[in-house]
Amino acid sequence: MEHIVIIGNGIAGVTAARHIRKKSDKKITIISEESEYFFSRTALMYVYMGHMKFEHTQPYENWFWKKNKINLKQGFVQQVETTLKRLIFKNGEELQYDKLIIATGSKPNKFGWPGQDLKGVQGLYSKQDLENVSLNAPNNKVCKQAVIVGGGLIGIELAEMLRSRGIPVTFLVRESSFWNGVLPKGESELINKHMIEHHIDLRLSSNLKEIISDESGKVKAIVIEETGEVISCDFVGLTAGVSPNINFIKSSEIEINRGVLVNRFLETNIKDVFAIGDCAEQREAIGERRAIEAVWYTGRMMGETVAQTICGNKIEYKPGHWFNSAKFLDIEYQTYGWVFAKPRENEAHFYWEYSNHKICININYNKTTKQFIGINTFGIRMRHEVFDKWLTEEKTIDFVLENLKEANFDPEFFKKYEQEISAAFKNQLITA
Amino acid sequence: MSKNSSFSISNPDKLKLDTVQKLGLVLALLGLSIIFLAWFGITFPYPTAFLSISILFIFGGTVIYARQTYINQPAGIKNNYVWFNSLSNRGVLGWLLGMVLTLFYVLLYWFPSYLGYDANGVANTGLVALFDPLSLFFKDKIASQWFVYGTLYTLLITSLGVKFMYKYRHNRYQLIRTTVVIISQLLLAYLIPEILEGLNSDLPYFAKDIKNMWPLNYYFFEPWHLDNMRNGGTLGMLYLVMGIFMFLVFTPIITYYVGKRWYCSWVCGCGGLAETAGDSFRQLSSKTVSSWKIERWMIHTVMVLIFIVTAVVLYGYFTNTGEFFGISIYSYFSKPYGFLIGAMFSGVVGVGFYPVLGSRVWCRFGCPLAGYMGLFQRFKSRFRITTNGGQCISCGNCSTYCEQGIDVRAYAQKGENIVRASCVGCGICSAVCPRGVLKLENGPEEGRINPTDVLLGNDVDLMNFVNKKQD
Ligand SMILES: Cc1cc2nc3c(=O)[nH]c(=O)nc-3n(C[C@H](O)[C@H](O)[C@H](O)COP(=O)(O)OP(=O)(O)OC[C@H]3O[C@@H](n4cnc5c(N)ncnc54)[C@H](O)[C@@H]3O)c2cc1C
Ligand code: SF4
Ligand code: SF4
Repeated sequence: MEHIVIIGNGIAGVTAARHIRKKSDKKITIISEESEYFFSRTALMYVYMGHMKFEHTQPYENWFWKKNKINLKQGFVQQVETTLKRLIFKNGEELQYDKLIIATGSKPNKFGWPGQDLKGVQGLYSKQDLENVSLNAPNNKVCKQAVIVGGGLIGIELAEMLRSRGIPVTFLVRESSFWNGVLPKGESELINKHMIEHHIDLRLSSNLKEIISDESGKVKAIVIEETGEVISCDFVGLTAGVSPNINFIKSSEIEINRGVLVNRFLETNIKDVFAIGDCAEQREAIGERRAIEAVWYTGRMMGETVAQTICGNKIEYKPGHWFNSAKFLDIEYQTYGWVFAKPRENEAHFYWEYSNHKICININYNKTTKQFIGINTFGIRMRHEVFDKWLTEEKTIDFVLENLKEANFDPEFFKKYEQEISAAFKNQLITA
Repeated sequence: MSKNSSFSISNPDKLKLDTVQKLGLVLALLGLSIIFLAWFGITFPYPTAFLSISILFIFGGTVIYARQTYINQPAGIKNNYVWFNSLSNRGVLGWLLGMVLTLFYVLLYWFPSYLGYDANGVANTGLVALFDPLSLFFKDKIASQWFVYGTLYTLLITSLGVKFMYKYRHNRYQLIRTTVVIISQLLLAYLIPEILEGLNSDLPYFAKDIKNMWPLNYYFFEPWHLDNMRNGGTLGMLYLVMGIFMFLVFTPIITYYVGKRWYCSWVCGCGGLAETAGDSFRQLSSKTVSSWKIERWMIHTVMVLIFIVTAVVLYGYFTNTGEFFGISIYSYFSKPYGFLIGAMFSGVVGVGFYPVLGSRVWCRFGCPLAGYMGLFQRFKSRFRITTNGGQCISCGNCSTYCEQGIDVRAYAQKGENIVRASCVGCGICSAVCPRGVLKLENGPEEGRINPTDVLLGNDVDLMNFVNKKQD
């Protein structure tokens, strides 16, 4: 029986395994060093905040794996020998494979800051990181002040976590406004305000210069590059992005760049070796997408696709229209299609904000053809299916605004904003 | 730390209470302590004054505390600390509360004299005596233990309902739903029946909570109750006809259009208590597949039981024998059902075990009315929880906070709508979802159940290819 070995039990690896099982009775083994069972990385914050226990983050009950004949193996793969089709583990064990799927995810970036490896300095990616936050910052007596470096999605989640235990948080953001490499001005500023409402000490245009140690090798303070200001702290969260977790592959024949290089079939340069999820890098970016996409959904979609190929139905990885979502403290965010931080040539943004400053939408469209290109919504839920269809059908912004009601996904009885939005758009056209 | 240990043991220090919160808590506790002192046997002088103070303090204190707690934070989901808190995480406080509640129910059902109830209806003492003035006010009769229970029940739903509304003030579904819950309890289950009781004190007793229909109200068709309704004049006949109409016509029709939620999480008394007082315990329900199996067995068994019991009871009624093939219907059918299901299950276990098994044990495993509506909801209804394409991140908030123990995530992460007999439509899964994945809605039956393997967002051809093969 063909043996499919998957390194990594995250969403990418597990989705691949599930789909391979559905289509075949091949032998499947999933390897992970991090945890015995698959858990949802996206839910780590809720465990620290007390919304859930760790076991609640596990999407499948423990019997699921045995029942579906998916072998789970805990251990760290140190080396991949592609010629012998064999993996070598840190403890010396070996494992033979027929087909190998690399789904090893990411690791937090560290940019060589002085002091980045001190005690009390950490990223937030793995289960172990979560355990460490609970140790380094259990409450506001042990941790009187925390500093977070790097203004992305994980940074703001970490800030929310620490605030839930009443820990003062200073948030160093390199950009002039939160996540404004991705979010247009309006949305980005809305989140700035919301963070301040949550008593997060937001420092924009601020870089970390160094982290200072006390006598015991524990963080004592940090220094801000721009101002030279020294902030005493007991905890530093490094959340300046992630990069593929592929160090162990460097010694192999598998071709890598920043990630494991794959073609559209998710195949690496070596036959029978595939890569999916955060760690995979497309040789050529697909459409407007980045070559490495470190999000949950793409990991899942690659898993769905590679399973087909492995089971003999060779299929290209063809992600549909871009979508994503996040939650910034209390404000939910969804996006469908493309809304870039700044309109590109011949594009325009229509931005509307509700008077409470917690609800807004931004629609990106083509100035000449009026074609709808994408939408950001904050504080309003939208239907994925409807926007996916409208994007495929290349609807105009006028159509979208006229039919916005159909796309609304807010719970029943919620206040509706379609008319206000529509009126604002017409108004803008008149004044423009 | 061991492999799969829970992080909840790293209990962070309690956040501090401010003066107003403390004031609210102290008031509520003072109000409660009057109840407890009375329970321990102290018969208060001036019961009118003490009862008023007690009720006002409990309600006012809770409202002050809740308002101060929530209004000072930005509106949003407030589940911080739920799994660190001794009360909501089956800690010492939780178990203690469970024991107190259970004890209360046991006394209520079988030993009311320990609550101060005088079976001869002459002179109550202790807790029941405390409620005499209110009972006298409504119906010129001193209180029974059931009057005490009804009043406390209503007080709990009202105070903790207001707390719930502060907690979910950003969510209009929850605000409207909870307003209806409170009004239903206050008017339909409490004030109207008590006032009618007072106005018709010459008539024999029959149940006057119009929405508490058979088979939840299991004694509706029992001979004494049927007789009392028939001898109850126009009002009695009205309740008899309405009771049958509600069950046979009204319920199926409304359930078809909006799902069983119209009852279970909007007007029902048991549901009302679970949604308000039980809100702190909703996360304790078991989400395992095995508990789902047990659930289906139990709830349908109870349903079949009450159908059989009622059929036999009616047979006995119409043949006028009180016997079924020579055995006493009361001793072998009505009484055991009333004891095991009516009292033990719905009361003692159903509410007493809130802090241990979660707030909907009865609704999920026992209630025959829920079972009945569940069949409609599952097979013939326009209600479903729509899953928003591919947006789910499998975080598990929805499943954790589903009081009915539905593994909502199992559906959402497959892009599949949730169509489940047991869903009471509380809307909390939708509220806590951080990615806007879930929406309770009514719509055409076609396409209500939509099994998918490959989710929206991926290659359209692949989606069509794989998903079609399913059916
Ligand atoms: C806190 C946080 C919040 C997030 N929130 C969102 C969100 O809201 N939405 C979203 O789209 N994305 C989010 N993400 C990103 C998302 O979680 C990732 O894109 C996704 O989990 C990647 O899945 P994966 O299967 O590729 O890899 P991973 O989930 O990283 O799984 C890889 C596994 O492989 C193991 N492994 C690696 N190397 C080896 C080795 N050599 N030997 C053995 N095992 C190995 C790792 O230990 C790990 O368990 C979030 C990420 C984090 C950290
Ligand atoms: S599925 Fe959602 S709406 Fe239904 S009972 Fe569970 S939490 Fe409530
Ligand atoms: S809460 Fe939302 S995102 Fe999380 S598992 Fe449930 S449906 Fe998915």
